[in-house]
Amino acid sequence: MRIAVIGAGIIGAACALELAERGAEVVVVDRVGVAAETSSRCEGNLLVSDKQPGPEADLAIHSNARWRALAARLDEGRADGQPATEFEAKGGVVVAFRGGEEPLRRFAATQREIGIRAEVLDADQLLAAEPHLSPEVALAIHYPDDAQLQPSNTTQALLATAVRRGARLVVADVTGARTARGRVAVLETTAGPIDVDAVVNCAGPWAGQVAERLGAPLAIRPRRGVILVTTPMPQRVFHKVYDADYVGAVGSGDAALQTSTVVESTPGGTVLIGSSRERVGFDDHPGVGPTTAIAAKAIRLFPFLAGITLLRTYFGFRPYAPDHLPVIGEDPRLAGLYHATGHEGAGIGLAPATAELIAHAVLGAPTELDPTPFLPGRKGLGAVA
Amino acid sequence: MNDPITIIVDDEQVIGRDGQTIAGVLLGAGCVAWRGAQHGERGVFCGIGICHDCLVTVNGVEGVRACQRQAVDGDLVEREVR
Repeated sequence: MRIAVIGAGIIGAACALELAERGAEVVVVDRVGVAAETSSRCEGNLLVSDKQPGPEADLAIHSNARWRALAARLDEGRADGQPATEFEAKGGVVVAFRGGEEPLRRFAATQREIGIRAEVLDADQLLAAEPHLSPEVALAIHYPDDAQLQPSNTTQALLATAVRRGARLVVADVTGARTARGRVAVLETTAGPIDVDAVVNCAGPWAGQVAERLGAPLAIRPRRGVILVTTPMPQRVFHKVYDADYVGAVGSGDAALQTSTVVESTPGGTVLIGSSRERVGFDDHPGVGPTTAIAAKAIRLFPFLAGITLLRTYFGFRPYAPDHLPVIGEDPRLAGLYHATGHEGAGIGLAPATAELIAHAVLGAPTELDPTPFLPGRKGLGAVA
Repeated sequence: MNDPITIIVDDEQVIGRDGQTIAGVLLGAGCVAWRGAQHGERGVFCGIGICHDCLVTVNGVEGVRACQRQAVDGDLVEREVR
């Protein structure tokens, strides 16, 4: 089976590997190159701690387990000079300030019911886990399964492994598709036409535009997220530490996941501080507004950060769907067209499970996951009939 | 040639020349990497004060760019580990 995967970010690379290992003839088409956009402009979060019970949490739990074996396999199989995935099962610590304890406690209790490990830390345990955290923190919950990896290294490793299984990378823009007998048959690109039996749209925040060019518009839009990088320092942050203020937003039934301040150290010694979310289209001039807001919140968590120098900031666009669920599966309007996008800030973590669902949809491969909530034909997507 | 100076790097004497940066003294002594990170040691990458990979602690002050700080006779330099 000949499959074109559009997009060489983490989702496209994971899908390419899964499909190639199942015997498909895979061509990955990206207009820039490997991990050139969202997947190199994020934090590499593999989180279960921020998921409320529901389909995305099920996907995250499954994906988290798959990442452990996958990252180890990528690191063992890497070629000379290829960087490591930097996978770290460091765990997360979610904290609440006074007044925020009860929503966080209740949130964690609902998570435990679906199998997410969430352990309340007492004062001594917290001091041992994160000695530099603000003493004003009123409640801290440890999520041992949260992890982190270096997302652009990992995307490259996934794609390099797929290429060793026979996949090809073509740098070109997708311009359209031709159909034959009601199915997509040719993918038109600036590098020429590619004969296909199936197309998988993994174009992240651009998946809506790509879908439109293929004749099947999809309601995927970008959200801009800014991340701060400090100068390197001896390690003072040991987990992914973040403020539970997002729990209130989730509980309010508002537009689901909102921004949360995440502070974490990297193997190189820098501290990453994220993240804002703004709906500003593809505007690439964030100015200093998000940076000052993120820095102020981070200092409340870790007062020592007030005396630390920022090395740089960066930003990326996250793909979101109107109902804030990933879009994974076959398009109901065009046979042979599949989508794998809409992961917002969770695409790195959700990549292996997404690839599994795509292999299920395209090749009929087995999966324990329920694909139904993520299908492009669902009501929550609006624009899809 | 400028006068020799001696700096102390983690209890070891390293000889350089007046006017050199701390990175210059270290490189002159054959040391090309000194900051401990998880996947290998880091040293001078850019050499112009931008990358912050060559950080050391100097006389108790953490996070000093070795490529920008002029070495002074008697400086106490400590390696940093992530």
